[in-house]
Amino acid sequence: MENQELKAALKAKDAEIEELKRQLRGKNPLPAIRKSTEDELPSVNSEPTLDNEEIARYSRQLILPELGISGQVKLKNSRVLIIGCGGLGCPAAIYLAAAGIGCIGLVDFDEVELSNLHRQIELRLHGYCIKACVSNLFIRLNSRASCIPYHLALTSENAYQLIEKYDIVLDATDNVATRYLLNDACILTGKPLVSGSALRFEGQLTVYNHNGGPCYRCLYPKPPPPETVTNCSDGGVVGVVPGIIGGLQALEAIKLACGLPPSFSQSLLLFDAFSTFRTIKLRPKQRNCVICGESPSITKLIDYEQFCGAKATDKDAGLNVLGSKERISVQEYAEILQKKSDHMLIDVRQAVEMDICQLPAPAIIFVVCRRGNDSQLAVQELQKRLNGIQLKDIRGGLHAWAKHIDNNFPVY
Amino acid sequence: MSLNLKLEFSGGAELLVNKVKNHDITLPISSKLWTLRGLLDWIKDNLLAERPELFIQGGSVRPGILVLVNDADWELLGELEYELQDNDHIVFISTLHGG
Ligand SMILES: [Zn+2]
Repeated sequence: MENQELKAALKAKDAEIEELKRQLRGKNPLPAIRKSTEDELPSVNSEPTLDNEEIARYSRQLILPELGISGQVKLKNSRVLIIGCGGLGCPAAIYLAAAGIGCIGLVDFDEVELSNLHRQIELRLHGYCIKACVSNLFIRLNSRASCIPYHLALTSENAYQLIEKYDIVLDATDNVATRYLLNDACILTGKPLVSGSALRFEGQLTVYNHNGGPCYRCLYPKPPPPETVTNCSDGGVVGVVPGIIGGLQALEAIKLACGLPPSFSQSLLLFDAFSTFRTIKLRPKQRNCVICGESPSITKLIDYEQFCGAKATDKDAGLNVLGSKERISVQEYAEILQKKSDHMLIDVRQAVEMDICQLPAPAIIFVVCRRGNDSQLAVQELQKRLNGIQLKDIRGGLHAWAKHIDNNFPVY
Repeated sequence: MSLNLKLEFSGGAELLVNKVKNHDITLPISSKLWTLRGLLDWIKDNLLAERPELFIQGGSVRPGILVLVNDADWELLGELEYELQDNDHIVFISTLHGG
Protein backbone atom coordinates (compact mmCIF):
# COMPACT_ATOMS: atom_id res chain seq x y z
CA MET A 1 0.00 0.00 0.00
CA GLU A 2 2.71 2.45 1.04
CA ASN A 3 4.63 1.52 -2.08
CA GLN A 4 1.62 2.37 -4.24
CA GLU A 5 1.29 5.78 -2.61
CA LEU A 6 4.94 6.52 -3.22
CA LYS A 7 4.57 5.52 -6.85
CA ALA A 8 1.58 7.81 -7.28
CA ALA A 9 3.47 10.68 -5.65
CA LEU A 10 6.42 10.07 -7.96
CA LYS A 11 4.17 10.14 -10.98
CA ALA A 12 2.65 13.44 -9.88
CA LYS A 13 6.10 14.95 -9.41
CA ASP A 14 7.19 13.75 -12.83
CA ALA A 15 4.18 15.46 -14.36
CA GLU A 16 5.01 18.62 -12.45
CA ILE A 17 8.59 18.59 -13.75
CA GLU A 18 7.33 18.16 -17.31
CA GLU A 19 4.97 21.10 -16.85
CA LEU A 20 7.73 23.30 -15.43
CA LYS A 21 10.01 22.33 -18.31
CA ARG A 22 7.26 23.26 -20.74
CA GLN A 23 6.83 26.65 -19.08
CA LEU A 24 10.55 27.24 -19.13
CA ARG A 25 10.67 26.49 -22.82
CA GLY A 26 7.91 29.04 -23.29
CA LYS A 27 10.04 31.66 -21.60
CA ASN A 28 13.19 30.80 -23.54
CA PRO A 29 11.92 29.43 -26.80
CA LEU A 30 14.51 27.66 -28.89
CA PRO A 31 15.41 29.80 -31.83
CA ALA A 32 13.68 28.56 -34.91
CA ILE A 33 15.77 27.08 -37.67
CA ARG A 34 16.56 30.03 -39.84
CA LYS A 35 15.50 29.78 -43.42
CA SER A 36 17.62 32.65 -44.56
CA THR A 37 20.71 34.13 -43.03
CA GLU A 38 20.17 37.32 -44.99
CA ASP A 39 18.72 39.35 -42.13
CA GLU A 40 21.11 37.96 -39.55
CA LEU A 41 24.13 39.99 -40.43
CA PRO A 42 25.11 42.05 -37.45
CA SER A 43 25.62 45.73 -37.74
CA VAL A 44 29.34 46.04 -37.39
CA ASN A 45 29.56 49.65 -38.46
CA SER A 46 33.27 49.90 -39.10
CA GLU A 47 33.77 52.56 -36.48
CA PRO A 48 37.28 53.96 -36.64
CA THR A 49 37.63 54.63 -32.90
CA LEU A 50 36.83 53.36 -29.44
CA ASP A 51 34.74 55.15 -26.85
CA ASN A 52 35.90 55.69 -23.27
CA GLU A 53 34.09 52.67 -21.92
CA GLU A 54 35.77 50.45 -24.49
CA ILE A 55 39.16 51.98 -23.74
CA ALA A 56 38.66 51.17 -20.06
CA ARG A 57 37.36 47.68 -20.78
CA TYR A 58 40.23 46.67 -23.06
CA SER A 59 42.99 48.71 -21.41
CA ARG A 60 45.26 45.75 -20.74
CA GLN A 61 45.08 44.66 -24.35
CA LEU A 62 45.41 48.21 -25.63
CA ILE A 63 48.76 48.82 -23.99
CA LEU A 64 50.28 45.91 -25.90
CA PRO A 65 52.09 47.53 -28.82
CA GLU A 66 51.20 44.57 -31.06
CA LEU A 67 47.52 45.34 -30.60
CA GLY A 68 47.08 49.00 -29.63
CA ILE A 69 44.06 51.08 -30.56
CA SER A 70 44.20 50.05 -34.21
CA GLY A 71 44.24 46.35 -33.33
CA GLN A 72 41.33 46.76 -30.93
CA VAL A 73 39.34 48.62 -33.57
CA LYS A 74 40.00 45.75 -35.98
CA LEU A 75 38.71 43.28 -33.41
CA LYS A 76 35.61 45.41 -32.90
CA ASN A 77 34.93 45.40 -36.61
CA SER A 78 35.50 41.65 -37.04
CA ARG A 79 32.98 38.87 -37.39
CA VAL A 80 33.91 35.37 -36.27
CA LEU A 81 31.74 32.32 -36.91
CA ILE A 82 32.08 29.34 -34.57
CA ILE A 83 30.75 26.03 -35.84
CA GLY A 84 30.01 23.72 -32.92
CA CYS A 85 29.27 24.89 -29.38
CA GLY A 86 30.80 21.98 -27.53
CA GLY A 87 34.04 21.61 -25.67
CA LEU A 88 35.99 23.65 -28.23
CA GLY A 89 33.42 26.24 -29.27
CA CYS A 90 32.31 27.36 -25.81
CA PRO A 91 35.70 28.38 -24.42
CA ALA A 92 36.59 29.94 -27.77
CA ALA A 93 33.39 32.03 -27.68
CA ILE A 94 34.10 33.25 -24.17
CA TYR A 95 37.58 34.52 -25.03
CA LEU A 96 36.52 36.04 -28.34
CA ALA A 97 33.72 37.94 -26.64
CA ALA A 98 36.00 39.08 -23.84
CA ALA A 99 38.64 40.23 -26.33
CA GLY A 100 36.15 42.52 -28.03
CA ILE A 101 35.33 40.73 -31.30
CA GLY A 102 32.41 42.76 -32.60
CA CYS A 103 30.22 39.92 -33.73
CA ILE A 104 30.30 36.23 -32.97
CA GLY A 105 28.07 33.72 -34.72
CA LEU A 106 27.47 30.40 -32.98
CA VAL A 107 26.21 27.40 -34.92
CA ASP A 108 25.04 24.22 -33.25
CA PHE A 109 22.25 21.79 -33.85
CA ASP A 110 22.70 19.68 -30.74
CA GLU A 111 20.58 20.14 -27.72
CA VAL A 112 22.97 20.32 -24.82
CA GLU A 113 23.48 16.91 -23.35
CA LEU A 114 24.19 16.26 -19.72
CA SER A 115 27.20 14.12 -20.64
CA ASN A 116 28.64 17.07 -22.52
CA LEU A 117 28.46 19.58 -19.73
CA HIS A 118 31.93 18.97 -18.37
CA ARG A 119 33.20 20.46 -21.61
CA GLN A 120 30.54 23.03 -22.27
CA ILE A 121 31.42 25.05 -19.25
CA GLU A 122 29.47 28.08 -20.25
CA LEU A 123 26.30 26.23 -21.03
CA ARG A 124 26.26 24.58 -17.64
CA LEU A 125 25.92 27.96 -16.04
CA HIS A 126 23.00 29.08 -18.06
CA GLY A 127 20.58 26.32 -18.76
CA TYR A 128 19.95 24.20 -21.72
CA CYS A 129 19.48 26.10 -24.90
CA ILE A 130 22.20 27.86 -26.79
CA LYS A 131 20.31 31.04 -27.34
CA ALA A 132 19.30 31.63 -23.75
CA CYS A 133 22.61 30.78 -22.19
CA VAL A 134 24.98 32.28 -24.69
CA SER A 135 23.00 35.49 -24.89
CA ASN A 136 23.00 35.75 -21.10
CA LEU A 137 26.70 35.08 -21.00
CA PHE A 138 27.47 37.70 -23.58
CA ILE A 139 25.44 40.34 -21.87
CA ARG A 140 27.35 39.66 -18.68
CA LEU A 141 30.73 39.30 -20.35
CA ASN A 142 30.60 41.97 -22.96
CA SER A 143 27.47 43.88 -23.78
CA ARG A 144 29.25 45.46 -26.73
CA ALA A 145 29.77 42.17 -28.55
CA SER A 146 26.83 40.94 -30.52
CA CYS A 147 26.20 37.25 -30.53
CA ILE A 148 24.09 35.50 -33.13
CA PRO A 149 23.09 31.94 -32.27
CA TYR A 150 22.09 29.72 -35.19
CA HIS A 151 20.27 26.69 -33.96
CA LEU A 152 20.80 24.69 -37.11
CA ALA A 153 22.91 21.98 -38.67
CA LEU A 154 25.48 23.28 -41.13
CA THR A 155 24.64 21.78 -44.51
CA SER A 156 25.75 22.06 -48.13
CA GLU A 157 22.67 24.24 -48.66
CA ASN A 158 23.27 26.85 -45.96
CA ALA A 159 27.04 26.84 -45.37
CA TYR A 160 28.15 29.14 -48.18
CA GLN A 161 25.56 31.80 -47.46
CA LEU A 162 26.33 31.77 -43.75
CA ILE A 163 30.13 31.73 -43.92
CA GLU A 164 30.26 34.42 -46.58
CA LYS A 165 29.05 36.94 -44.00
CA TYR A 166 31.90 36.35 -41.57
CA ASP A 167 35.62 37.11 -41.68
CA ILE A 168 37.07 34.14 -39.80
CA VAL A 169 35.68 30.67 -39.15
CA LEU A 170 36.38 28.35 -36.22
CA ASP A 171 35.96 24.64 -36.79
CA ALA A 172 34.84 23.32 -33.43
CA THR A 173 32.74 20.48 -34.80
CA ASP A 174 32.66 16.88 -33.75
CA ASN A 175 32.50 14.89 -36.98
CA VAL A 176 34.38 14.27 -40.21
CA ALA A 177 31.62 15.13 -42.71
CA THR A 178 31.13 18.62 -41.24
CA ARG A 179 34.89 19.18 -41.22
CA TYR A 180 35.11 18.55 -44.99
CA LEU A 181 32.02 20.69 -45.59
CA LEU A 182 33.45 23.53 -43.56
CA ASN A 183 36.81 23.29 -45.31
CA ASP A 184 35.26 23.46 -48.77
CA ALA A 185 32.92 26.30 -47.82
CA CYS A 186 35.86 28.31 -46.43
CA ILE A 187 37.90 27.74 -49.61
CA LEU A 188 34.97 28.77 -51.82
CA THR A 189 34.31 31.91 -49.76
CA GLY A 190 38.01 32.64 -49.17
CA LYS A 191 37.91 32.62 -45.37
CA PRO A 192 40.64 31.40 -43.02
CA LEU A 193 39.59 28.35 -41.01
CA VAL A 194 40.93 27.84 -37.50
CA SER A 195 40.50 24.14 -36.90
CA GLY A 196 40.60 22.44 -33.51
CA SER A 197 39.90 18.90 -32.38
CA ALA A 198 40.22 16.82 -29.24
CA LEU A 199 39.87 13.24 -28.08
CA ARG A 200 40.85 11.45 -24.88
CA PHE A 201 43.97 13.27 -23.61
CA GLU A 202 45.02 14.75 -26.96
CA GLY A 203 44.25 17.84 -28.97
CA GLN A 204 45.18 19.18 -32.41
CA LEU A 205 45.08 22.70 -33.85
CA THR A 206 45.88 24.25 -37.22
CA VAL A 207 44.86 27.19 -39.44
CA TYR A 208 43.73 26.25 -42.94
CA ASN A 209 43.47 28.39 -46.05
CA HIS A 210 45.79 31.19 -44.99
CA ASN A 211 48.76 32.68 -46.80
CA GLY A 212 49.75 29.74 -49.02
CA GLY A 213 49.12 27.16 -46.33
CA PRO A 214 47.23 23.96 -46.98
CA CYS A 215 43.55 23.20 -46.59
CA TYR A 216 42.04 20.17 -44.85
CA ARG A 217 41.86 18.34 -48.19
CA CYS A 218 45.51 19.10 -48.99
CA LEU A 219 46.38 17.09 -45.88
CA TYR A 220 43.59 14.54 -46.09
CA PRO A 221 42.50 14.10 -49.72
CA LYS A 222 40.52 10.99 -48.77
CA PRO A 223 38.21 10.75 -45.77
CA PRO A 224 39.15 8.18 -43.13
CA PRO A 225 37.31 4.85 -43.24
CA PRO A 226 34.28 5.36 -40.93
CA GLU A 227 35.28 2.43 -38.71
CA THR A 228 38.53 4.19 -37.81
CA VAL A 229 36.81 7.34 -36.53
CA THR A 230 36.29 7.60 -32.80
CA ASN A 231 34.01 10.26 -31.35
CA CYS A 232 34.21 11.78 -27.88
CA SER A 233 31.22 9.85 -26.58
CA ASP A 234 32.85 6.51 -27.43
CA GLY A 235 36.49 7.44 -26.94
CA GLY A 236 36.08 9.79 -24.00
CA VAL A 237 37.69 13.18 -23.51
CA VAL A 238 39.10 15.12 -20.58
CA GLY A 239 37.19 18.41 -20.61
CA VAL A 240 40.18 20.65 -20.12
CA VAL A 241 41.85 19.35 -23.31
CA PRO A 242 39.26 20.84 -25.71
CA GLY A 243 39.27 23.84 -23.31
CA ILE A 244 42.95 24.40 -24.05
CA ILE A 245 42.56 23.87 -27.79
CA GLY A 246 39.42 26.06 -27.95
CA GLY A 247 41.29 28.83 -26.12
CA LEU A 248 44.11 28.59 -28.65
CA GLN A 249 41.61 28.70 -31.50
CA ALA A 250 40.33 31.99 -30.08
CA LEU A 251 43.89 33.29 -29.87
CA GLU A 252 44.63 32.41 -33.49
CA ALA A 253 41.37 34.08 -34.55
CA ILE A 254 42.26 37.22 -32.58
CA LYS A 255 45.64 37.42 -34.31
CA LEU A 256 44.05 36.89 -37.72
CA ALA A 257 41.47 39.59 -36.97
CA CYS A 258 44.22 42.07 -36.03
CA GLY A 259 46.28 41.24 -39.08
CA LEU A 260 48.98 39.58 -36.96
CA PRO A 261 50.52 36.34 -38.24
CA PRO A 262 48.90 33.19 -36.83
CA SER A 263 51.27 30.62 -35.31
CA PHE A 264 49.72 27.55 -36.87
CA SER A 265 49.28 28.23 -40.57
CA GLN A 266 51.02 25.40 -42.48
CA SER A 267 51.83 24.06 -39.08
CA LEU A 268 50.03 21.67 -36.76
CA LEU A 269 49.99 21.88 -32.99
CA LEU A 270 49.78 18.56 -31.19
CA PHE A 271 48.93 18.56 -27.52
CA ASP A 272 49.25 15.45 -25.41
CA ALA A 273 48.20 15.89 -21.80
CA PHE A 274 50.69 13.19 -20.80
CA SER A 275 53.66 14.73 -22.56
CA THR A 276 53.70 18.19 -24.05
CA PHE A 277 52.95 20.56 -26.91
CA ARG A 278 54.66 19.87 -30.20
CA THR A 279 54.57 21.77 -33.49
CA ILE A 280 54.79 20.02 -36.83
CA LYS A 281 55.75 21.66 -40.12
CA LEU A 282 53.08 20.84 -42.69
CA ARG A 283 53.08 20.67 -46.49
CA PRO A 284 52.09 23.87 -48.35
CA LYS A 285 48.89 24.24 -50.36
CA GLN A 286 48.84 21.32 -52.84
CA ARG A 287 48.72 22.11 -56.55
CA ASN A 288 46.57 19.08 -57.24
CA CYS A 289 44.14 19.69 -54.37
CA VAL A 290 40.61 19.17 -55.66
CA ILE A 291 39.29 22.29 -53.91
CA CYS A 292 42.16 24.76 -53.39
CA GLY A 293 44.56 23.56 -56.10
CA GLU A 294 45.33 24.99 -59.53
CA SER A 295 42.42 23.38 -61.35
CA PRO A 296 39.89 22.45 -58.71
CA SER A 297 37.33 19.83 -59.65
CA ILE A 298 35.06 20.82 -56.77
CA THR A 299 33.52 24.19 -57.47
CA LYS A 300 30.45 23.96 -55.30
CA LEU A 301 29.53 22.19 -52.09
CA ILE A 302 28.84 18.46 -52.44
CA ASP A 303 27.13 15.77 -50.37
CA TYR A 304 29.58 15.31 -47.49
CA GLU A 305 27.82 12.49 -45.71
CA GLN A 306 28.05 10.49 -48.91
CA PHE A 307 31.68 11.52 -49.48
CA CYS A 308 32.67 10.41 -45.97
CA GLY A 309 30.33 7.44 -45.76
CA ALA A 310 29.31 8.75 -42.34
CA LYS A 311 26.64 10.98 -40.87
CA ALA A 312 27.39 14.59 -39.97
CA THR A 313 27.00 13.98 -36.27
CA ASP A 314 29.03 12.46 -33.48
CA LYS A 315 26.09 10.32 -32.45
CA ASP A 316 26.34 6.58 -32.60
CA ALA A 317 25.25 5.48 -36.05
CA GLY A 318 23.97 2.16 -34.66
CA LEU A 319 25.77 -0.81 -36.16
CA ASN A 320 23.59 -3.46 -37.75
CA VAL A 321 25.68 -6.32 -39.06
CA LEU A 322 23.89 -9.33 -37.54
CA GLY A 323 20.69 -11.06 -38.61
CA SER A 324 17.58 -10.71 -36.44
CA LYS A 325 18.00 -14.32 -35.24
CA GLU A 326 21.43 -13.48 -33.92
CA ARG A 327 20.21 -10.69 -31.64
CA ILE A 328 17.75 -10.47 -28.76
CA SER A 329 15.99 -7.63 -26.97
CA VAL A 330 16.66 -6.63 -23.38
CA GLN A 331 13.17 -7.90 -22.51
CA GLU A 332 14.08 -11.31 -23.87
CA TYR A 333 17.31 -11.24 -21.94
CA ALA A 334 15.54 -10.22 -18.73
CA GLU A 335 13.28 -13.23 -19.17
CA ILE A 336 16.25 -15.54 -19.63
CA LEU A 337 17.72 -14.16 -16.42
CA GLN A 338 14.48 -14.58 -14.54
CA LYS A 339 14.01 -18.16 -15.67
CA LYS A 340 17.61 -18.86 -14.76
CA SER A 341 18.00 -20.48 -18.15
CA ASP A 342 21.40 -21.86 -19.02
CA HIS A 343 23.57 -19.22 -20.58
CA MET A 344 26.72 -17.22 -20.22
CA LEU A 345 26.88 -13.44 -20.55
CA ILE A 346 29.99 -11.91 -22.04
CA ASP A 347 30.29 -8.20 -21.42
CA VAL A 348 32.80 -6.89 -23.95
CA ARG A 349 33.32 -3.42 -22.52
CA GLN A 350 36.58 -2.12 -21.10
CA ALA A 351 37.39 -2.79 -17.45
CA VAL A 352 36.94 0.91 -16.64
CA GLU A 353 33.36 0.73 -17.89
CA MET A 354 32.65 -2.42 -15.87
CA ASP A 355 33.41 -0.34 -12.79
CA ILE A 356 30.60 2.06 -13.70
CA CYS A 357 27.80 -0.51 -13.92
CA GLN A 358 27.08 -4.14 -14.77
CA LEU A 359 24.13 -6.33 -15.54
CA PRO A 360 23.28 -8.80 -12.82
CA ALA A 361 25.55 -11.84 -12.92
CA PRO A 362 23.69 -14.24 -15.17
CA ALA A 363 24.07 -17.57 -13.46
CA ILE A 364 26.50 -19.85 -11.84
CA ILE A 365 29.56 -21.06 -13.63
CA PHE A 366 30.42 -24.64 -12.75
CA VAL A 367 33.97 -25.80 -13.10
CA VAL A 368 34.92 -29.39 -13.70
CA CYS A 369 38.10 -31.41 -14.20
CA ARG A 370 39.08 -35.07 -14.03
CA ARG A 371 39.11 -35.61 -10.27
CA GLY A 372 37.98 -32.31 -8.71
CA ASN A 373 41.38 -30.93 -7.71
CA ASP A 374 42.40 -28.62 -10.56
CA SER A 375 38.81 -27.42 -10.76
CA GLN A 376 39.00 -26.13 -7.18
CA LEU A 377 42.16 -24.20 -8.01
CA ALA A 378 40.46 -22.92 -11.16
CA VAL A 379 37.53 -21.61 -9.10
CA GLN A 380 39.94 -19.77 -6.82
CA GLU A 381 41.72 -18.26 -9.80
CA LEU A 382 38.48 -17.29 -11.58
CA GLN A 383 37.09 -15.71 -8.42
CA LYS A 384 39.94 -13.24 -8.56
CA ARG A 385 39.17 -12.29 -12.15
CA LEU A 386 35.41 -12.63 -12.56
CA ASN A 387 34.15 -10.16 -10.04
CA GLY A 388 30.63 -10.86 -8.81
CA ILE A 389 30.07 -14.10 -10.70
CA GLN A 390 29.09 -17.17 -8.71
CA LEU A 391 31.49 -20.07 -9.26
CA LYS A 392 31.20 -23.63 -8.05
CA ASP A 393 33.42 -26.66 -8.25
CA ILE A 394 31.87 -30.06 -9.04
CA ARG A 395 33.14 -32.31 -6.29
CA GLY A 396 35.02 -35.34 -7.54
CA GLY A 397 35.02 -34.22 -11.17
CA LEU A 398 34.44 -36.59 -14.09
CA HIS A 399 35.45 -39.60 -12.04
CA ALA A 400 32.58 -38.95 -9.64
CA TRP A 401 30.23 -38.44 -12.61
CA ALA A 402 31.20 -41.85 -14.02
CA LYS A 403 30.78 -43.55 -10.64
CA HIS A 404 27.47 -42.04 -9.49
CA ILE A 405 25.63 -40.79 -12.55
CA ASP A 406 26.72 -42.45 -15.79
CA ASN A 407 28.49 -45.80 -15.54
CA ASN A 408 29.24 -45.78 -19.27
CA PHE A 409 31.24 -42.59 -19.01
CA PRO A 410 34.92 -43.20 -19.84
CA VAL A 411 37.29 -43.15 -16.89
CA TYR A 412 40.99 -42.40 -17.46
CA MET B 1 75.60 -2.19 -38.62
CA SER B 2 72.02 -1.37 -38.01
CA LEU B 3 69.49 1.43 -38.23
CA ASN B 4 68.00 2.80 -35.02
CA LEU B 5 64.62 4.50 -35.18
CA LYS B 6 62.26 6.09 -32.72
CA LEU B 7 58.67 5.34 -33.67
CA GLU B 8 55.76 7.14 -32.09
CA PHE B 9 52.04 6.54 -32.49
CA SER B 10 49.45 9.09 -31.34
CA GLY B 11 45.91 10.39 -31.76
CA GLY B 12 44.63 6.85 -31.21
CA ALA B 13 47.05 5.12 -33.65
CA GLU B 14 48.79 3.72 -30.56
CA LEU B 15 45.72 1.56 -29.93
CA LEU B 16 46.78 -0.51 -32.95
CA VAL B 17 50.25 -1.21 -31.54
CA ASN B 18 49.49 -2.59 -28.13
CA LYS B 19 48.53 0.84 -26.72
CA VAL B 20 52.19 1.76 -26.55
CA LYS B 21 53.04 5.21 -27.90
CA ASN B 22 56.82 4.98 -28.15
CA HIS B 23 58.77 2.18 -29.78
CA ASP B 24 62.54 2.18 -30.11
CA ILE B 25 63.41 -0.20 -32.91
CA THR B 26 66.49 -1.44 -34.67
CA LEU B 27 66.39 -2.51 -38.29
CA PRO B 28 69.10 -4.71 -39.77
CA ILE B 29 71.03 -3.00 -42.56
CA SER B 30 70.36 -4.95 -45.70
CA SER B 31 71.79 -4.50 -49.18
CA LYS B 32 68.75 -2.39 -49.96
CA LEU B 33 68.26 0.97 -48.21
CA TRP B 34 65.35 1.27 -45.80
CA THR B 35 62.58 3.54 -47.02
CA LEU B 36 59.35 4.51 -45.27
CA ARG B 37 57.65 1.98 -47.56
CA GLY B 38 59.88 -0.74 -46.15
CA LEU B 39 59.25 0.50 -42.62
CA LEU B 40 55.48 0.22 -43.11
CA ASP B 41 55.93 -3.43 -44.14
CA TRP B 42 58.12 -3.99 -41.11
CA ILE B 43 55.50 -2.40 -38.82
CA LYS B 44 52.83 -4.58 -40.38
CA ASP B 45 54.87 -7.72 -39.69
CA ASN B 46 56.26 -6.78 -36.29
CA LEU B 47 54.07 -4.28 -34.45
CA LEU B 48 50.47 -4.42 -35.63
CA ALA B 49 48.69 -6.71 -33.23
CA GLU B 50 45.49 -7.16 -35.21
CA ARG B 51 43.43 -5.63 -38.03
CA PRO B 52 46.39 -4.16 -39.98
CA GLU B 53 43.88 -2.57 -42.39
CA LEU B 54 43.12 0.03 -39.72
CA PHE B 55 46.68 1.26 -40.23
CA ILE B 56 47.83 0.27 -43.70
CA GLN B 57 45.70 0.37 -46.84
CA GLY B 58 46.79 0.11 -50.46
CA GLY B 59 50.49 0.03 -49.60
CA SER B 60 50.45 3.26 -47.60
CA VAL B 61 49.03 4.49 -44.32
CA ARG B 62 45.24 4.62 -44.35
CA PRO B 63 43.48 7.95 -45.00
CA GLY B 64 43.39 10.05 -41.84
CA ILE B 65 46.87 9.16 -40.58
CA LEU B 66 49.58 11.79 -40.92
CA VAL B 67 53.22 10.68 -41.04
CA LEU B 68 55.97 12.89 -39.67
CA VAL B 69 59.70 12.51 -40.09
CA ASN B 70 61.64 14.46 -37.47
CA ASP B 71 58.66 16.76 -36.87
CA ALA B 72 58.01 17.47 -40.55
CA ASP B 73 55.13 16.31 -42.74
CA TRP B 74 56.41 13.34 -44.81
CA GLU B 75 54.99 14.95 -47.93
CA LEU B 76 57.91 17.41 -47.74
CA LEU B 77 60.37 14.46 -47.83
CA GLY B 78 59.09 12.16 -50.54
CA GLU B 79 56.53 10.15 -48.57
CA LEU B 80 56.99 6.40 -49.09
CA GLU B 81 60.31 6.83 -50.93
CA TYR B 82 62.02 8.71 -48.10
CA GLU B 83 65.26 6.96 -47.13
CA LEU B 84 65.44 6.44 -43.40
CA GLN B 85 68.48 7.77 -41.56
CA ASP B 86 69.95 6.51 -38.32
CA ASN B 87 68.10 8.01 -35.30
CA ASP B 88 65.15 9.29 -37.33
CA HIS B 89 62.02 10.03 -35.31
CA ILE B 90 58.95 8.80 -37.19
CA VAL B 91 55.50 9.75 -35.89
CA PHE B 92 52.15 8.34 -37.00
CA ILE B 93 49.25 10.55 -35.95
CA SER B 94 45.64 9.65 -36.33
CA THR B 95 43.68 12.86 -37.00
CA LEU B 96 41.21 13.73 -34.31
CA HIS B 97 37.67 14.74 -35.22
CA GLY B 98 36.04 15.24 -31.86
CA GLY B 99 35.18 18.46 -30.18
ZN1 LIG C 1 43.63 22.11 -50.49
